[in-house]
Amino acid sequence: MTETNRSITDTSFELPSLEQLLRVLTLADYNTRVVVIGVMLLGLASGLIGSFLLLRKRALLGDALSHATLPGIGLAFIVMSALGGSGKSLPGLLAGAALFGALGVACILLITRYTRLKQDAALGVVLSVFFGLGVAVLGVVQKLPVGSAAGLESFIYGKTASMVFQDAVAIGGAALLLTLVCLLLFKEFTVLCFDDAYAAAQGWPTVWLDTLMMGLVVAVTVIGLQAVGLILMIAMLIIPPAAARFWTRRLPRMIAVAAALGAVSGLLGAGLSALVPRLPAGAVVVLVAGAAFLVSMICGAERGVIVRWLSQWRLSRRVLRQHLLRAIFECAYERQHGGRRAPTPGASRRQAVPFADLLGERSWSPLRLRAAIRSAARDGLVQAAGAPRRLRLTAAGEREAQRVVRNHRLWELYLIQHADIAPSHVDRDADDVEHVLGPTLTAQLEALLAAQHAGPAAPPSPHALGRT
Amino acid sequence: MGWTDIDLWIVIIGALCAMSAALLGNFLVLRRMSMMGDAISHAVLPGLAIAFLVTGSRGSVAMLIGAAIVGVLTALLTHWIHSAGKVDEGASMGVVFTVLFAIGLVLIVRAADAVDLDPGCVLYGAIEYAPLDTAFSIDAPAPVARALGVPLGADIAARVPIYIPRAALINGAVLLLNALIVLLLYKELRISSFDPALATTLGINATFMHYLLMSLVAITTVVAFESVGSILVIAMLIVPAAAAHLLTDRLGAMILISLLLAGASAVLGHVLALHAPGWFGFRGDTSTAGMMAVAAGALFTLAVLFAPRHGVLSRMVYQSALALRIAKEDVLGLLYRLEEAKAAEMLSPTPWFARQAIGGRPLVAALSIRSLRRQRLVSRRGEALILTTAGREAARRLVRSHRLWERYLERHFHIPSDHLHGSAERLEHVTSDQMRQSLRDETGAPSHDPHGKPIP
Repeated sequence: MTETNRSITDTSFELPSLEQLLRVLTLADYNTRVVVIGVMLLGLASGLIGSFLLLRKRALLGDALSHATLPGIGLAFIVMSALGGSGKSLPGLLAGAALFGALGVACILLITRYTRLKQDAALGVVLSVFFGLGVAVLGVVQKLPVGSAAGLESFIYGKTASMVFQDAVAIGGAALLLTLVCLLLFKEFTVLCFDDAYAAAQGWPTVWLDTLMMGLVVAVTVIGLQAVGLILMIAMLIIPPAAARFWTRRLPRMIAVAAALGAVSGLLGAGLSALVPRLPAGAVVVLVAGAAFLVSMICGAERGVIVRWLSQWRLSRRVLRQHLLRAIFECAYERQHGGRRAPTPGASRRQAVPFADLLGERSWSPLRLRAAIRSAARDGLVQAAGAPRRLRLTAAGEREAQRVVRNHRLWELYLIQHADIAPSHVDRDADDVEHVLGPTLTAQLEALLAAQHAGPAAPPSPHALGRT
Repeated sequence: MGWTDIDLWIVIIGALCAMSAALLGNFLVLRRMSMMGDAISHAVLPGLAIAFLVTGSRGSVAMLIGAAIVGVLTALLTHWIHSAGKVDEGASMGVVFTVLFAIGLVLIVRAADAVDLDPGCVLYGAIEYAPLDTAFSIDAPAPVARALGVPLGADIAARVPIYIPRAALINGAVLLLNALIVLLLYKELRISSFDPALATTLGINATFMHYLLMSLVAITTVVAFESVGSILVIAMLIVPAAAAHLLTDRLGAMILISLLLAGASAVLGHVLALHAPGWFGFRGDTSTAGMMAVAAGALFTLAVLFAPRHGVLSRMVYQSALALRIAKEDVLGLLYRLEEAKAAEMLSPTPWFARQAIGGRPLVAALSIRSLRRQRLVSRRGEALILTTAGREAARRLVRSHRLWERYLERHFHIPSDHLHGSAERLEHVTSDQMRQSLRDETGAPSHDPHGKPIP
């Protein structure tokens, strides 16, 4: 005990020695061990249940709920003092907190169900009114003649560093129970999160399932609240699941990642605060989790910013490439035939197209067009055509261009025949779709258009080509 | 304990703060961003801490600016995570404010040995002490001072200085600022709150409106909780506006009602803080800010229950009245059909029989029969219920609607004849005379329904 107390109340700013580092890393101190394991288990449990909260779009419920427990704590103190017991008996305070937490959640659900107010307003009303009541009750408690009420504030700010063995056991037990219930009801909770109307239609007791889920949230919040404080509890319910969501689309994996992230943030945060003097453990855990969130948001493998930016960039590059090929193809064709006959294979390849013609085809800037040409030339689709500022398709380029033009025109024909769109308007509409036409869809289009345009060649354009 | 000028100032400061918060709250509730006040009030901690560390004093203008900047940053970051990361808005708000709060906490704890600063004193100003921090005084005639409750000296005729608290001044200034901006940009705020896309097409910069509102919320929050504590402003940003939203459908009225509710909560809250502990046998008073939030909550509960159109009770009354009317019409229809089938004498429909036949809740059915008898649409012959002349006419209209509907549904919706009854049963209760006439014309004035029963 004394060892770690020293490290927490120490006022020096010197770096931890290697020996200290080792002691924390190996969890040699009894107190460090309790704190680290307790916070880790709490991270695990709240990551688990927080995932369901996030998917149910109730992330801030934990916020409202943890504020709503305050009057319960104050009232429990008053009642227990009045009954002659110690006002600060932990089970009693926890029971009061749980009662008011559950009451708060019930109020939120009732307000959203029976009034026109949306969930955010319901959360805000319950949060502020209950917290106000809590402040008022604590105001009364402080003037009570019996005993001192000091320490009740620790429910707001937490007392992570002075967590004792019983706290860790309580958190561990809660985490175990929570995991068990979640595993048993995994299928039910999943359906409830993604499609509660379907669950209700299947005859499941959705109201009871929902109540049970919220009960679990209340349980983990109340247990965690007195150990780590209000803000950390809110963060632990929200941040790990939100971060996990960037890594996977599958729920079991997301929950596993969230629980792991919660546990690791707890471990690192509590460890850091034990190492460095005067770092509040709760805040450091939140900061570690926040850093994990930022990394996940940027680098996440499934929904991360980089991944989505890359896929958008690839798509826009592909669209640009296809536009370029089609522009070259159509310019070449127009130069040869004036747009009268269907193109013959190889014809567009022989025709060189000047750069200026292409520039007029679309609203390209010269810079963008040149970049597109450079990239297409690198892939061997176009080549310079002898004369300066002229280019022509290669054999591979023509094949690709023919496919693109063919998709475009098939889609135009489809729109004209089946969607009653005027030929003069069809070009723009087809533009949006042509890039996503796969081989199967192309085959279906051909079948729909009664095989009149089968074969690799592009059908003639249904509208006049050239600048519009 | 008596009501002194201190109490008056507490109520005035509370009301000013409550009203400036409630004014903005209307737009937050409509934009479904009610939790923003809570988020900002937690998130400004690092702003306060940094400003404090830089300037080295509490309550400075720098602190206000630092907090306001972080407040707007909260809104920006929340929006960024929401849009760039595709994270649910509530969750992104939760991520941002908890992380910012943690940063603030670390800053304060790390710096606390050098300076006297703890989270409690940064977070919670106290409205109870706000009147003691006076900005300046003005001289007022004695009667005015007496009306305000200022203790007078021996010299009654002299002019008495009235000390204006700093908190009243700055909260008043914030209220003025908010009111001014809301008045000037009322149309823009309204359109961009209800329909940002429409606002953009009308040439209103919805994004600018959003951040303007967020800046105002940040400033209001910071000013309020520096002087009166955070709980009051969080509550007043949401609760009065939410209650007003239940009471009216018009934005102008909603704003006025929310201001009234905010002012009322302030007065009621302070009275409760002084007296409520006494009701439960405790001595002394309690937190005024907390009680103002509770008073707002009580007013909100009243609005939930008794709001004229959206209240729970008024909807319950409306639904019961509707259920009663339907049950009455079902009884009329039942008696008419029994008469028509010449089965009335044989079955002798007792009230018990009618209740069983129309189903539904027994109480509603019993009430409906009593109401029918009081309106003299139904009378008793021995044990049995029979239709009066007026009752027969009402029942005829009902059965006529029912059978015309069956005809219409059969003709236009191609519903199989054994499924017609259920739909017509629901529609007959909402059919007016005019509609009945149109139905008759539409179906070609048939004489019989699809089941072969005559249309009366």
